[in-house]
Amino acid sequence: MTEAILATHNITKRFGAVTASDGVTMDLRPGEIHAVIGPNGAGKSTLIAQICGGLKPDAGQVEFLGQDVSTLTTRKRARMGLARTFQISALAMENTVLENAVLGALGARGGTLGLIRPVLRDKTLRDMALHALERAGLADHAKTRTSELSHGQRRQLEVAVALTLQPKAFVMDEPMAGMGSEGSARLTGFLDELRAEAPILLVEHDMDAVFALADRLSVLVYGKIIATGTVAEIRANPDVRIAYLGEDA
Amino acid sequence: MSRETILNAVIFGGLLAVPLWACIVDEPFTITLATKVAILALAGVGLNIALGLGGLVSLGHAAFFGLGGYAMGILASHAQSYTPLMESPLLIEGTKSMPIIWLMALITSALAALAIGALSLRTSGVYFIMITLAFGQMFYYLSISWPAYGGEDGLSIYVRNGFPGLNTLDPIQFFAICFALLALALWLNARLIRSPFGLALGAARQSPQRVETVGLSPFRLRLAAFVISGAITGLAGALFADLNRFVSPTMFSWQTSGEIMIFVILGGVGRLYGPVAGAALFITLEHVLGGLSEFWHIYLGLLLLLVVLFARGGLIGLIAGREVHHD
Ligand SMILES: Nc1ncnc2c1ncn2[C@@H]1O[C@H](COP(=O)(O)OP(=O)(O)OP(=O)(O)O)[C@@H](O)[C@H]1O
Ligand SMILES: [Mg+2]
Repeated sequence: MTEAILATHNITKRFGAVTASDGVTMDLRPGEIHAVIGPNGAGKSTLIAQICGGLKPDAGQVEFLGQDVSTLTTRKRARMGLARTFQISALAMENTVLENAVLGALGARGGTLGLIRPVLRDKTLRDMALHALERAGLADHAKTRTSELSHGQRRQLEVAVALTLQPKAFVMDEPMAGMGSEGSARLTGFLDELRAEAPILLVEHDMDAVFALADRLSVLVYGKIIATGTVAEIRANPDVRIAYLGEDA
Repeated sequence: MSRETILNAVIFGGLLAVPLWACIVDEPFTITLATKVAILALAGVGLNIALGLGGLVSLGHAAFFGLGGYAMGILASHAQSYTPLMESPLLIEGTKSMPIIWLMALITSALAALAIGALSLRTSGVYFIMITLAFGQMFYYLSISWPAYGGEDGLSIYVRNGFPGLNTLDPIQFFAICFALLALALWLNARLIRSPFGLALGAARQSPQRVETVGLSPFRLRLAAFVISGAITGLAGALFADLNRFVSPTMFSWQTSGEIMIFVILGGVGRLYGPVAGAALFITLEHVLGGLSEFWHIYLGLLLLLVVLFARGGLIGLIAGREVHHD
């Protein structure tokens, strides 16, 4: 447990009659991709929101870098090095792709924000942003207005902004959603390398990607983790086959 | 050069040329109208930083406009009656010096914006509009019920305040002062939009979640924007009081907040020269339509409705099209 970068301990969250998280205990270890799968409405995004600080759990703790961060704001957790990508893109749509990435670099740098000097003239920030865009495969779109990007490209930009933060852990909510098979194959290759920089908690519906990437897999059903293990273990697990994978088979 | 840049240059040049021409043909009233446009545009530039860049729909900017006005009124009235504002613990005397008055107007309205913002920015949407409106009204009633500074009747200043090296009683020289301050505010606003702060503030308007996720605080960004915004509108208030040589609670009224917002909406929310175009259009309409009919506000209302429904970018958007992105 102590070696985990990120962990949840018995997290519970209720929305009226719905228990979106039901005693969720899980962890993310250095160098790994830990995938969370589960049917629609299983509580994956809710779990992520509690890990990153957007939602407060009714009970349980979130631990990041050995520290209990349950009471910290999203902003403080981000400053500690927790980078999140959203299922529904949360980007500055009127701004350019580059500006969105620069915003990430700006946040990562910290300190007070200047009022006079143009932000795009700051070579350090610009280089950081361009580097992240390049890695995420968006270098050619730096000057495009974000609202003009396709859904898949927006997901790529979400990842690029997360990269600019140079985080200690990534938390990604369906980064492949809306991407074509070619795009998701490329992102799969990219995430595969990325895990060496920082571990990734990956919520994803694209099973090819999940099976290709996950060191460990957790299956979430009705807010409960019904199984955690390697891809082979999960595939062999009868409960999972009935509750989840069975739907596909 | 984009169409908007050209349009901005035309507006800037126009606002400068009209009073210069009026000066040559000796039409002081036209100069006064142009001065009014410059001052009200300045108030609008202030609001536009909160409204356009920050997405903060403040219906309480009269509070800052009025505070600027009263900063001028109080300092100047003490100077003209030779009575200090305060004797202990330290002696504070009145003044007729514009730079000192401006500084006081900037400081008081910035502090008020800090306090009002710190409380009201915890809400959003309609609640934010209502709370800022309530704060504005608070200042309005305070000014009415404070007899020391004229109460309901307001305060008259006999001679316009001075600026070193200039004769402020000369309409064109006073216009030059107001125009220079407007130009300065526009320059600041243009820089702000492209600055790190401007980028983060604009992002916080579009997606507060995104801004938090990169480790920045939307609340602090908005509060800083609100303070800068309030301070600029406060400075405009001091100039407006100087133009009229008169301050009254009307400057604090919700109609004043509404008018400042109308300049911004007419001209184009978030467009750099929106408030200038809006204030110029407003004053022209007031002058032209006001001469034709007492009910010119009805036509203004209709125009406003058309702009809101069909020209989201206001006058600037109508002529220059959608905003083009820099760099
Ligand atoms: N703010 C909220 N208020 C009320 N109910 C909510 C709220 N957010 C989520 N829920 C409910 O909690 C459950 C879990 O939702 P969540 O979005 O976490 O699921 P998910 O696993 O991410 O689904 P998907 O695969 O569709 O993204 C759902 O039943 C949802 O309706
Ligand atoms: Mg989800």
